[in-house]
Amino acid sequence: MTDTSASAPGQPTAQTAGLASGGAGSRRLRGARNYLALIPFHVYIALFLILPTAIVAVGAFTTATGQPTVDNVTRLFTDETFVDAFTKSIELAVSTAIAGAIIGGLLAWAVVRGDPNGPLRQLVIAASGVLAQFGGVMLAFAFLATFGFNGLATMFVRDALHVDVLTDASWLYSLTGLVVVYTYFQIPLMLIVFLPSLDGLRQEWYDASASLGGSSWSFWRHVGGPILAPAFLGALLLLFTNAFSAYATAAALISQGASIVTLQIAGSLQSEVVIGQENVGKALALGMIIVVSLVMALYALIQRRASRWVK
Amino acid sequence: MQKRSIRMGSLSAVAALLFAACSSGGGAATTAPSAAAPSESASAGAPSGSASASAAAGDPKTATSAAAAGGVDAVCAAGKEEGQVTLIATPANWANYGQMITDFQTKYGIKVQSDQPDTDSAGEIKAAKDLAGTGRQPDIFDLGSVVAAANTDMYAPYQVATWADIPDANKEATGLWVNNYTGFESIAYDSKLGDISKVADLADPKYKGKVALNGNPLKASAGFNGVVLASLANGGSADDLAPGVDFFKKLADSGNLLPVDPNDASVASGQTPIVIDWTYNQGGLVASLKPKGIDWKVVIPSDAPPVAAFYNSAINKDAAHPAAARCWMEYIFSDAGQNTWLKGFALPVRLGAMQTAGTADAAALAAVGAPSTAPVQLTQAQIDAGTKYLTDNWKFIDIK
Repeated sequence: MTDTSASAPGQPTAQTAGLASGGAGSRRLRGARNYLALIPFHVYIALFLILPTAIVAVGAFTTATGQPTVDNVTRLFTDETFVDAFTKSIELAVSTAIAGAIIGGLLAWAVVRGDPNGPLRQLVIAASGVLAQFGGVMLAFAFLATFGFNGLATMFVRDALHVDVLTDASWLYSLTGLVVVYTYFQIPLMLIVFLPSLDGLRQEWYDASASLGGSSWSFWRHVGGPILAPAFLGALLLLFTNAFSAYATAAALISQGASIVTLQIAGSLQSEVVIGQENVGKALALGMIIVVSLVMALYALIQRRASRWVK
Repeated sequence: MQKRSIRMGSLSAVAALLFAACSSGGGAATTAPSAAAPSESASAGAPSGSASASAAAGDPKTATSAAAAGGVDAVCAAGKEEGQVTLIATPANWANYGQMITDFQTKYGIKVQSDQPDTDSAGEIKAAKDLAGTGRQPDIFDLGSVVAAANTDMYAPYQVATWADIPDANKEATGLWVNNYTGFESIAYDSKLGDISKVADLADPKYKGKVALNGNPLKASAGFNGVVLASLANGGSADDLAPGVDFFKKLADSGNLLPVDPNDASVASGQTPIVIDWTYNQGGLVASLKPKGIDWKVVIPSDAPPVAAFYNSAINKDAAHPAAARCWMEYIFSDAGQNTWLKGFALPVRLGAMQTAGTADAAALAAVGAPSTAPVQLTQAQIDAGTKYLTDNWKFIDIK
């Protein structure tokens, strides 16, 4: 090859063409081999993500008897109950994600500042691992038994302390109640997912910033903040979807009246009174998929901006 | 079909081996499973091919009545060979199903597998479809009327031996489904709170944060009929549920109504001290709450006519244990089975005939306190109209 190019400089076309084809050949082979290794992943994605999404999407545009229709999806925008359900679900998810992210983030910061091998750190991490999964009926029942109308704390504060702050326990069965209960599992989840990023923040960077005359504020503004931003936003998104898709906790607390989307979906699938509503439920599920997709797109956009500094 | 005859053949072979082992082993016979007893030894003698051919005449697995299969005993003997019956949505505390299951197992030696006890009627149908062919699908359904009427293509027709006792209005003519038991919509409460005898009592300000309705009326039959009861007590009718919805709205506005779904744990811990529900759900709790110091009372309110709604039994046409399923049906519609329901505060469908014959359990009947007025039971059209009204109006408990 080198010989040819040296003796015949007048034929660069042939030479480059030859090189290109040879390179592309091996690259294609390597590409195919790489793809082969990815097959299990693709099968997994197809079975557990694409197939269910397709079933939901097709069902959303089908009547109970199998005819095509747009009524189910139109109802998402016209039926006051459903519009309201989406509004509440998003409100709930956003507020608990923000509350969880801020409180959990500060808690993680506190843990990082402590002794890296100390018992407190081990304890907090272990407890968070358990509490992040403490949801559903158990959690709802714990809150009911503590802060419900006839709960332990409610009774104690009223009868022993003679203060009326907790007596009207109706807050627990409202959106406020759900926000409080959800935040209970959002905080430890935030701690678990955010802690590694905080651990990655080097003391040397702070020292470098300080030695160049930077204040604590300028360190966070120009170094710490930009480095942590993508991880923080990712955690925020995780918390949002975690709350947006939660079902069992809310179901145990609130069974009457109009409510959040996941409960509406359950109602459409499980009713023994009104039947043939399964595809309305699928339309609601499709709505949820779209909301999460939009949030993820937004996240990707922000992350690209936020991580510019790091690159 | 192919698979089944092969399995029957191999079963007979195993039985024959066991039989041989027992007779040669002598004293060891006590440990041999009694499940492979007399009927099995007869078929073991004959070539398996001819055994399944002769069974086709009155096969207990496909029979549409006990008579066609050679009587209840023949059906249950075939069920015992299958070894198991799979139930779904039959919690032990619901209409005394716990005792029903124990008694049935003792009497017929057929194991009862009670799956997904807390699922709902729609969930039963879904489970039957999802699990079809796995051997784990439910053999028997226990369904609310709306779901029962909507899925008749899922059932195997079967007329129990006591078929004639069941009024025509309470059964599908070919036996696809049969009304099995009903309760009355009742108010159950902790007697510490004082006496409650009327629906109107629930509006008393002292019951703030104490009243719960079992299930969302758009989802659960118990909740739906709770609204019917409230409607009847407030000048409404089976055709007009508006007064019932208004009453619950009043309870919600005053804070009396808890939006929580009550269950055994919420009652036992005092989180839902007043529950509007079927007698057969709450009646079962009385005995279990007594040791915990709760005097749980179940009353049928006096300011409304009693509200009833039958559940329905049906056999899954794709049952993995079709003969055992038929045996189960025979048992629950026998005098013993019907009295078991009665003891669980559920009124069995053959109650009228059994009272005439003097076979109804008098003590259990007295405990239910069945009112003398004829119960109100909504027709399908009334349920449809009612749910339509509720879909538009059961929104008042707005979570803020």
